Amino acid sequence: MLKNVRKSLLALAIMAAAAVAGQASAATLINGAGATFPYPIYSKWFSEYAKVDPSVKFNYQSIGSGGGIKQITAQTIDFGASDAFLSDAQLKAAPGKLIHIPTVMGAVVVTYNIPGVSKGLKLKVEDVADIFLGRITKWNDPRIADDNKGVNLPNQPIVVVHRSDGSGTTNIFTDFLSGVSSEWSSKVGKGTSVKWPLGLGGKGNEGVAGQVKNTRYSIGYVELAYAFENKLPYATLKNKSGSWVEPSIKSTSAAAAAAAKHMPADFRVSLVNQPGKDAYPIAGFTWLLVYEQQKDKVKGKKLVEFLNWELAKGQKMAGALLYAPLPENVQKMVAKTIKAIKY
Amino acid sequence: MSDVTASHRWKIEKGLSGDFIFKAVTVLFAFSILVILMLMLYEMVSQSLPSLRKFGSHFITGMNWDAVQEDFGALPFIYGSVVSSVLALLIATPLAVGTALFITEIAPRRLGGFAASLVELLAAIPSVIYGLWGILIMTPWLQQSVQPFLQKYLGFLPFFDGPAYGVSMLAGVLILVIMVVPIITSITKEVLTAVPRSQREAAIALGATRWEMIRMAVLPYGKSGILGAIILGLGRAVGETMAVTMVIGNDPKISLSLFSPAYTMPSVIANEFAEASSPLHSAALMHIGLLLLVITLIINALARLLLWSMSRGAARGAKL
Repeated sequence: MLKNVRKSLLALAIMAAAAVAGQASAATLINGAGATFPYPIYSKWFSEYAKVDPSVKFNYQSIGSGGGIKQITAQTIDFGASDAFLSDAQLKAAPGKLIHIPTVMGAVVVTYNIPGVSKGLKLKVEDVADIFLGRITKWNDPRIADDNKGVNLPNQPIVVVHRSDGSGTTNIFTDFLSGVSSEWSSKVGKGTSVKWPLGLGGKGNEGVAGQVKNTRYSIGYVELAYAFENKLPYATLKNKSGSWVEPSIKSTSAAAAAAAKHMPADFRVSLVNQPGKDAYPIAGFTWLLVYEQQKDKVKGKKLVEFLNWELAKGQKMAGALLYAPLPENVQKMVAKTIKAIKY
Repeated sequence: MSDVTASHRWKIEKGLSGDFIFKAVTVLFAFSILVILMLMLYEMVSQSLPSLRKFGSHFITGMNWDAVQEDFGALPFIYGSVVSSVLALLIATPLAVGTALFITEIAPRRLGGFAASLVELLAAIPSVIYGLWGILIMTPWLQQSVQPFLQKYLGFLPFFDGPAYGVSMLAGVLILVIMVVPIITSITKEVLTAVPRSQREAAIALGATRWEMIRMAVLPYGKSGILGAIILGLGRAVGETMAVTMVIGNDPKISLSLFSPAYTMPSVIANEFAEASSPLHSAALMHIGLLLLVITLIINALARLLLWSMSRGAARGAKL
């Protein structure tokens, strides 16, 4: 009995060793970690890219942007991923020059639950801020009612729902609120987790969506892709240029196109509240973080090849997964940045 | 003759060396646990140092938790953890002890066995499943049926005040009750089955009814074991993360009302640690972890003390 166990253990060990050896000789393994929001598109890219270049294998752990930043700073991974760009202090903490490479864009939609109003609620951006500040407390407040003539808004208190976990979605949303309300910007500010003036906390997009679904007269925010896939009702927002914009992949790309005119060379830019009549106000990039000077020659070369492929071919896969692709003028700028990576 | 003694001695020595190795290995294992605990403590203290230095005792008494302004006070989380766990135990203990008594004393053997295996099945369900059930089924039910009912008839009490959201301290307590009952039940059941037959027979021989037999012979005998079961349950309740996070509402405020959302210590760590990019924020979360460890140690120490005083009391009783 014991002998059998020993034998099988030995066999297992040999198999494991063989597997490790086999992998090492077959492919270069490139490790990455970070944001959860772009995980579906990244895993699609990596599996498609495996067909293009079978000699390289990507391993991506979606542990959250904060974890991705920590690990790339500690150099335990080959690339990081984040939904929020790094501050100057964070860049300084890294042992080498880290560059931001925007990959795709996402948007955040305002979802709600008002019995009888299944779609098409209209909200001015200032009103969204005042709802989340607790300044507008009833659905039939004249400020909301004026924009929704002909809609029967109930005389009911508004229940605010927000994310309880730290997330890039919250970062984009609070960035947007800070841009439209000076009170929000001074009292709460922006970040992956903030001190909410009021409301219930749900864990993840599914937690917020579930809470909104279960609670009548509630309002919350979720990622655009999540809202579309689950057919949640969403609000049309009046942007800074004064036009009503529905959240969509097109209006998200429009936000980036508007920002391209004054895009900084390191791409550290927020896309919220961009000018332009088609620009949806709650949008943002998600970035890959790589060192400009790659330490490993082989890995560096493979990484650059992948980045070029992602820009040329990968962008076309974004729409199907409900991410907004980079507009053409931004793509050109990114191509230049990728060229600067040395290995 | 000398041959025999030689082999005899050799045998003894072999036995001795076996003993020695066994002893060394067990000591090594025991110490490695101690070392791991010490390393954990060291690591947690050193990681939470920035927060310990900056906030000191303000961290325990502070009510403000603001990652943007970097001001951290953990009192709402401590309150949430302690209140939800204690309330859950207050409800779960009579339920669990009652179930265990039913299984061991009242039910016919086959029915008891069936009930026992059901309880063990409950203990094996992962907590995220409880959480999903909680958010999809329990909280809507609370919001639509239970909370309006409580508000109508007991609304004058501060505990049932405010609007009914479903997610609330009440939901957190109830989900903990459901998770803790199977643990306390199955351990209590083992304790009760270990009560010697002679105890029960003696009580019955003295003319005790079944209830008197349970009260006078079975429960006192199993007292310390049941207490141990409750402590284990408390440990699970304090440390439970996923299920509670999903139903408690995650709002760091202290409110008497069971209807208002609350927040617990493990929940805030699970929620914020992955995305905490500023060093002070990570340190504050580590600091909460450290507090959680300290609270667990205090609870364990209190339980030991209680057990010890009880067993001493029992020994004195036996002497008298």
